[in-house]
Parts: sequence; structure tokens; C-alpha cells
Amino acid sequence: MTTTEKTDRLDEKAPPGTGIAQVGERAARRKERLVAWAFLAPFMIAFLMFVVWPMLHGAWLSFTDQSLAGSGGNFVGLDNYAEAFTDSTMWGAIRNTVWFTIISTVPLVLFAMVMALLVNTGLPGQWLWRLSFFMPFLLASTVISQIWAWIFNPEIGAANAVLSAVGLEPLAWLQTPHLDLISITIATVWWTVGFNFLLYLAALQNIPESQYEAAAVDGAGRWRQLWSITIPQLLPVTGVIFILQILASLKLFDQAYQMLGGISSDTSRPIVQYIFEAGFVGYRFGYAASISYVFFALIVVVGVIQMGILNRRKGQR
Amino acid sequence: MTTTAALPQIGSVKRSYKPGEGPFTPARILAFIALAVMALVWLLPFVWAVATSLKTETDAASGRLTLIGSEGISFAAFDTVLSEGNVYIWAWNSFWTSAVITFLTVAISALAAYAFSRMQFRGRATVFFAVIASIIVPPQVLIIPLYYQMLAFNMVDTYWGLILPQVVMAPIVFILKKFFDAVPIELEDAARVDGAGRLRVFWSVVLPLSKPILGAVSIFVFIQAWNNFLWPFIIINDTLLMTLPVGLQTVISAYGVAYAQVMAQAVLAALPLIVVFLFFQRQIVQGVATTGFGGK
Repeated sequence: MTTTEKTDRLDEKAPPGTGIAQVGERAARRKERLVAWAFLAPFMIAFLMFVVWPMLHGAWLSFTDQSLAGSGGNFVGLDNYAEAFTDSTMWGAIRNTVWFTIISTVPLVLFAMVMALLVNTGLPGQWLWRLSFFMPFLLASTVISQIWAWIFNPEIGAANAVLSAVGLEPLAWLQTPHLDLISITIATVWWTVGFNFLLYLAALQNIPESQYEAAAVDGAGRWRQLWSITIPQLLPVTGVIFILQILASLKLFDQAYQMLGGISSDTSRPIVQYIFEAGFVGYRFGYAASISYVFFALIVVVGVIQMGILNRRKGQR
Repeated sequence: MTTTAALPQIGSVKRSYKPGEGPFTPARILAFIALAVMALVWLLPFVWAVATSLKTETDAASGRLTLIGSEGISFAAFDTVLSEGNVYIWAWNSFWTSAVITFLTVAISALAAYAFSRMQFRGRATVFFAVIASIIVPPQVLIIPLYYQMLAFNMVDTYWGLILPQVVMAPIVFILKKFFDAVPIELEDAARVDGAGRLRVFWSVVLPLSKPILGAVSIFVFIQAWNNFLWPFIIINDTLLMTLPVGLQTVISAYGVAYAQVMAQAVLAALPLIVVFLFFQRQIVQGVATTGFGGK
């Protein structure tokens, strides 16, 4: 994964036209430009229509009192933002989202790494391990929500059956404040860990075998090899996985909404759900747009901090 | 393209034992046990779901952790779910809209990526940067204005409203550009000297060389589209236009506590992708490893 960085930059001096004869160079370049824009056009039109324009329009909406059905739409200045900043429901939703991000990211990175290290030992049954860990990731949120809502069912769910089998008190997993978000985290870890697992597995298999051989010749045992070769080599991909995971966890919505049956409580409502509720339940598009921009700001801040950390670490090496 | 070139082994990994390591050392046995326990924990929810879907409702509601209900294996739950009729329509909707999204996404991304990779035009770096920077925009931020836009276009509750906003995937452009960057330019030059135009070169030289990456990316886009929930949930209200995830969500409350039926439905919805996975394991693994984007 580290090898890709060198090719990221656009090389302005790339000589794509070197094969063409130099006759009529200006005309050729003009044609080249036209052809380039023709290749770009389908994507750029869609990009402008479905990304750039909605972003600008969303920013505008956030300063209006637009409702769902087209009424309102008057410019209200910073009123929405002022309201958002004193809206305890929004802050609660941000708190829930950040808390979920913290408690989900750590196991999602750790489990993935352990799984990949174990699978990479070359033990028999490779396809079965990959299938077990990765398959949940293929399922739609609807499916995993149904399975886990049933597992966490207080009366007939498997989770409580397991608890009572080992002599513990049953829990109301999804009905207890604070515990509900932890239950959602458990389901999420099960659902998405396979993605990180594959990224780790790919990184592990890119470590040259020769490094291990050299270490073995020098008398390094398995643990020594793990600590001195494998773990350091996994650091760059761990950085990438952390960034992707945190950004993904901040977007929590589907599984929370569905596992809790669309009923939001102040200890479990994620920020995306609050955007949805403000817009499509409360019919306040303008206000929902302003909350989504607060959320966007949160993502940008987190992203910038992460980039800073990652770059500093790179600079040190 | 070192990353993609190194990846295909993953699908068929058979790492030889490292030097000085026998197949039955205590450490390996411990590792095997740890792996087996984790795999079991990850598989159990599936096993329970399938087992429950094959019970009668009475058995399913008993909450006992048996694999087979007291009345043996029953397909009653599947019969009920399938006889509702809509499941087939939703599965078909999911399938063809995901296929169209995949085709459009890969087609327009490949053309753009090729231009970014190989062609000279003013503003190239800036435009490319803008596209890549858009990766950080959470789709949720766009939902409100996109819905508004779809209202204006009269596309709420239509397939186009469902499909079009899903075809812009900046990470795909990024991945394909990196792949095209690594294709040796000499191959194209030869064709161009022979008088082939850009489109011709792209179609008959570059695309055939890119089959592996196009396959990996396509499967990945397809899975994403198939499983997408939030946008289809918002844009589609008509029961007959719904995709499988959205359709199933609407009938859960209708089933109430009929857990065998809910699980039968979950199993039905999971089956197509599990079959796809078994067939395309290598490409999927490679696709995820190469793309590294699209975490949920």
C-alpha cells in the first residue's frame, strides 16, 4: 500500500502525445484538449449535478427556513446555526456518534489485525476463515439488523440464552439506555470487521518472505519476527484503516435505525439519524441542512487531525 | 501497479511454512484453536439465523438454542415470505438497478480516469483534486439537497432518481487512474502510430488490459449498490419500486414477532450475495484490498 503514494501525484510533464508526429502541433493539441473533455464529460456532468450542486445548494438551504414541500425558503441568516448550537438533541446525537466511533473503532482494528495474523500463518482451511470473517460484510444492513435484533431480543434471543446458560442475569440489550449503543457496536463489529481484515491480509502478504528468512537465519524466533518485522510493517496500513474506520463509524445510521426499529432515544440517536429526522420527519429541510453542515465540519476536523498525525509519523521515519 | 500485481495471490493463498517450522508445533495448534474459536463466533449468528428460518413459528418463539425445532425442519416460513410476491419484485429491482449503477459508474469513471491519466488539458490537476477531495464529503450531507433536486426533476419515486445520484464514485476514478498510470505507454503508442484515435486505443488496447481491475471494481460497486439503504429508503415510497433491503425493512413490522419469517427473509436477502461471493471470491477480496474505500 505504501508503494502507491509515489504515483499519486499528477505528473504534468507526462508525454502522452509523443507518438504523434509534430506536424500541425497546435491543431493536434486543440484536438487533444477537446477529446480529453469529451472523455471527462459524462463523469463531470454527473459530478457537478449530484455532488457539487447539492453541496452548494445544501449550504444555501442551511441559511433558509425551507420546508419539505417547497414552502418557506426565506433567508434567515444564521438562525439555523444559532438554533443548532443550543440544540441539546443535536449535541447529544454528536456525543452518541463520537462515543460509538470510539468504542467501535478499537475492536474493529484490533480484531481485524488478529484475524489476519492468524489466517496468515498458513493454517489449513483458508477459504473457511476468509468466508467466516468476511461474509457478514456482504450483507445488507437490513439483514444484519434483523439477525441482531433477534439475537438481542430479551425474551427469545440467543444473547440472553447464552447469558442464562452461564448463570448470568438476562439483559434488555436494545431497550436499556447506553447499553443499546453497545449492542449496536457488537453487531457492527461482527458486520464490518471483515473489510479491515482483508486490508490487513493484503498488507501481510505484501511483506517480502525474504525478510523473514533473513531474520530466521539470524536466529530470530516467531515472536521476535512478529514484533520486529510484521508489526512495524503493518503500521502504515493501520494508519489507513484507522482513518477509514473512524470516517465510517461517524456515519452510523442504517443499523442503529433498523435495530432500534426507527425509535430514537437520547442515548442512542446518531447524528445522521437526527439529520434524517429533522428533514424527513420534522419537514425542516433548512434546519436539517444546517445540522448536516455541522456534521460535515466535524468530519473535516477529524480528517484534518488524522492527516496531520499520519504525516507527522511519516516525517519521523 | 505494484499493489494490484501483488494482490491476486490472496485469493489462492497457500503460504508455505516458514523455515524451522513444522506443521504441528504447539504454537501452531494454539493459533489454530484461536482461529477456530473466532471463526465459530463469527459463523454462529448465521447458523442461528438459518436454523431459526427452518423452524415453525412456535419453535422459533420458544427461544431454545436448538438447531432443529421440535417438529423437524419446516419450510413454512419460506413459503409465507415467498408467497407475499413482492420479494421477487424487490430482488429483481435490486438486481437490475445495481447492474445499471455498476455499468454507469464504471463506464463514466473509466473514461474520466483515462483522461486524467493520459491526456493533456489545462486545469487537469485542479479538476482531479476537486474530484478526489469530494471523497471526504459524507453522502449524508448531500441527502437533503439531493432529495430537493429530485423533487425539482420529478424523479422522486422513480428508478432514475434511485440510480443517477449513485453513479458518482470518486474513489473508483482514483483507483482506475492509478491503474492506467501503470499501463506501459508504448502499448498505446504502437496503436496510435497505426492511426488509431484515442477512443479506439482506449477501447481496444487499454480496456482489455484492465479487465482484472474493472472486474474487481465492478463487483465492489455492485455490492455497495445492492446493499445501499439510506438513499433508496428516502427516494422510493412506492412498494413496487423498492429494492430488497428497503422492501424487507417495510415488512418487518408487518410480521411482528414472526421470527422464523423474519429470519427466512434475512436468509433470502443474503443468499444472492453469498452465492456471488463463492463464485467471485478472488475478485471480491482483491477489489476490497485494492479499493480500500467504501467502509460502512
